Amino acid sequence: MQAPRFKWHIVVFLAPAVLVYTAIMIFPLFNTLRLALYTEADQMRVFVGLENFRTLFGDPRWAASFWNALGNNFWFFLIHMVVQNPIGILLAAILSHPRLRLAGFYRTAIFVPTILSFVIVGFTWKLILSPIWGIAPDLLSAIGLKSLYAPWLGKEEYALTTLALVSVWQFVGIPMMLIYAALLTIPEEILEAGEVDGITGMSAFWKIKLPLILPSIGIISILTFVGNFNAFDLIYAAQGALAGPDFSTDILGTFMYRTFFGFQLQLGDPHMGSAIATAMFAIILIGVCIYLFGIQTRLRRYQF
Amino acid sequence: MSSRSLSFALLATTLLAGPAWAEDVTLNIESWRNDDLVLWQEKLIPAFEASHPGIKLNFTPSAPAEYNAILNSKLDAGSAGDLITCRPFDASLALYEDGKLVDLSGLENMKNFSDVAKSAWQTDDGSATFCVPIASVIHGFIYNKDAFEEVGVEVPETEAQFFEVLEKFKEDGSYIPLAMGTNDQWEAATMGYQNIGPNYWKGEEGRLALIKGDQKLTDEQWVAPYATIAKWAPYMGDGFEAQTYPDSQNIFTLGRAAIYPAGSWEIAGFNSQADFEMGAFKPPVVNEGDTCYISDHTDIAIGLNAASPNQDAAKEFLNWVGSEEFATLYANALPGFFSLSDHDVTMEDPLAEEFVSWRGECESTIRSTYQILSRGTPNLENETWGASAAAIKGTETPEELGKKLEDGLASWYAPHQK
Repeated sequence: MQAPRFKWHIVVFLAPAVLVYTAIMIFPLFNTLRLALYTEADQMRVFVGLENFRTLFGDPRWAASFWNALGNNFWFFLIHMVVQNPIGILLAAILSHPRLRLAGFYRTAIFVPTILSFVIVGFTWKLILSPIWGIAPDLLSAIGLKSLYAPWLGKEEYALTTLALVSVWQFVGIPMMLIYAALLTIPEEILEAGEVDGITGMSAFWKIKLPLILPSIGIISILTFVGNFNAFDLIYAAQGALAGPDFSTDILGTFMYRTFFGFQLQLGDPHMGSAIATAMFAIILIGVCIYLFGIQTRLRRYQF
Repeated sequence: MSSRSLSFALLATTLLAGPAWAEDVTLNIESWRNDDLVLWQEKLIPAFEASHPGIKLNFTPSAPAEYNAILNSKLDAGSAGDLITCRPFDASLALYEDGKLVDLSGLENMKNFSDVAKSAWQTDDGSATFCVPIASVIHGFIYNKDAFEEVGVEVPETEAQFFEVLEKFKEDGSYIPLAMGTNDQWEAATMGYQNIGPNYWKGEEGRLALIKGDQKLTDEQWVAPYATIAKWAPYMGDGFEAQTYPDSQNIFTLGRAAIYPAGSWEIAGFNSQADFEMGAFKPPVVNEGDTCYISDHTDIAIGLNAASPNQDAAKEFLNWVGSEEFATLYANALPGFFSLSDHDVTMEDPLAEEFVSWRGECESTIRSTYQILSRGTPNLENETWGASAAAIKGTETPEELGKKLEDGLASWYAPHQK
């Protein structure tokens, strides 16, 4: 009897990914969690336990900033859920229609913004919406709706929604592609069997296709959730680190950036910044867990 | 080991052999002023190297927004240049307290600078000065002379006249009276509040009283400027809420606006962009005959990296920075950045000359939020940005803003907790 040989090649093949991922993701993540438990006093790093979190949630100013950012983040997420994902599903349903011509062109055109840099998207939309050089006011006045125009990015009440919609414009291609792929995997036989039973047209979509793509919608929702609660770039590119006007577009990402790295005269505080990053991590973790254990396990799967 | 002994050997020969071997000394300068690269390479460096054979200079700027972060990591890693361009107040003070910058109080040409000029790069008690002041920027208003002639208005002296001029432009309709937006927030604070404010809080008197805690941000003189800038809103362009800083600059230099609330740093850019004649006027006083106050803000200085191996050569250079030759070269190459030294510098640019002439007529002060008061969280400077934008947009009343700022300051600053 010979003991089975240790399969060295598995280790060798896994090593690059594990090493790189550990070095640039896992180690920084745990180090950030650790950093949140320290503070700096007299240029020495001292352990303070959960003191930073007590400041973050207990001090009225820190707490107000935090809840403001969290609330904005939820609004940002909500807009994506009610605008981006239904539109993505609709576009996918239209694209998968067998008689649509130029489907490839539409698919590409709608997906292209997704691969653009945030900086380009932020800057372009800022110009489009600019009251001075932008084409938005001119376009509206061309159809006689000039009165509807407002300097959206500069108004507290509209700025966040506007940016959320810009982000929707950029990323609507992702749910569209995922749903499109899911729709393509539905076998013709099922639809034909439905037709025999008298289910055609819209009701075929609601009664056959939608239940079959629900798992994909679940995945998209969780991707949207994680992406939105990690968002930072678009707000930073369009409104700067102060997330103006008057912090109305401040989300957790910009709040963390400002605290961690400092801004203008404000010196950076890596320890409070880490505390915020830890809170973000916790929120995302809880959200993902709710999805995985509460929803994912209850979704019914169909095997064809 | 061998490379280390080699560097010791080189250092020893440099020190012993003196000028004959001094070609070896190259000083690297860290800076955020990448706009000034050409100026350094074509004017300052040749001028210095001509008069100081044996010392070579290498100007290596980085992007302004990243400068502080890059510099700090370079200093920690020991790879920073010999000379460090200093931001005013706390950023540099923190470096000095960490032992990263050398005390330069003993430098010969330091005598050429006044106490106010040095205040931005001193310890709180003024005992040590760690950077040689280079330049300041002055606030005021730049106006389109052609537009003023066309509409037939005079340069305003008092606030009432200022609003009359704005009203005339509004009636006339061919120019946006005031080129400013609130999108970037800092314009509202820096070119609005800090520009006209010193006339209300009486410059240094109010600023120092605020630091001591004798005055509060809820006092009339600190709240009134918010009420005044709130009255600017009707004269700003359509959709000013989303107008950015570059938008404002372009509107003015394209000749579409009459008055631009400015800082003198705009002069060089405006000279190359605008094809009409420009003039400048100082912040209008409240009542005729009042003493005028201007914000003459200490902005840039240069210090010595404590870890630099070339201390003597670097000190020689820093001494030159305090000289009249440097002041004249710098002020003329960069109109709008005014020398902080006591040398009588002649400037050729008429707009810059206009700005600097106010130093003789008015009392100078610096931005109220920069010294000490922006050390804690919430940060008074950043809060002032938001407050100024809110005042102009009218989303909060001046009294509410004053109270909010005072509460924020009092939450961490002991002199305001009484």
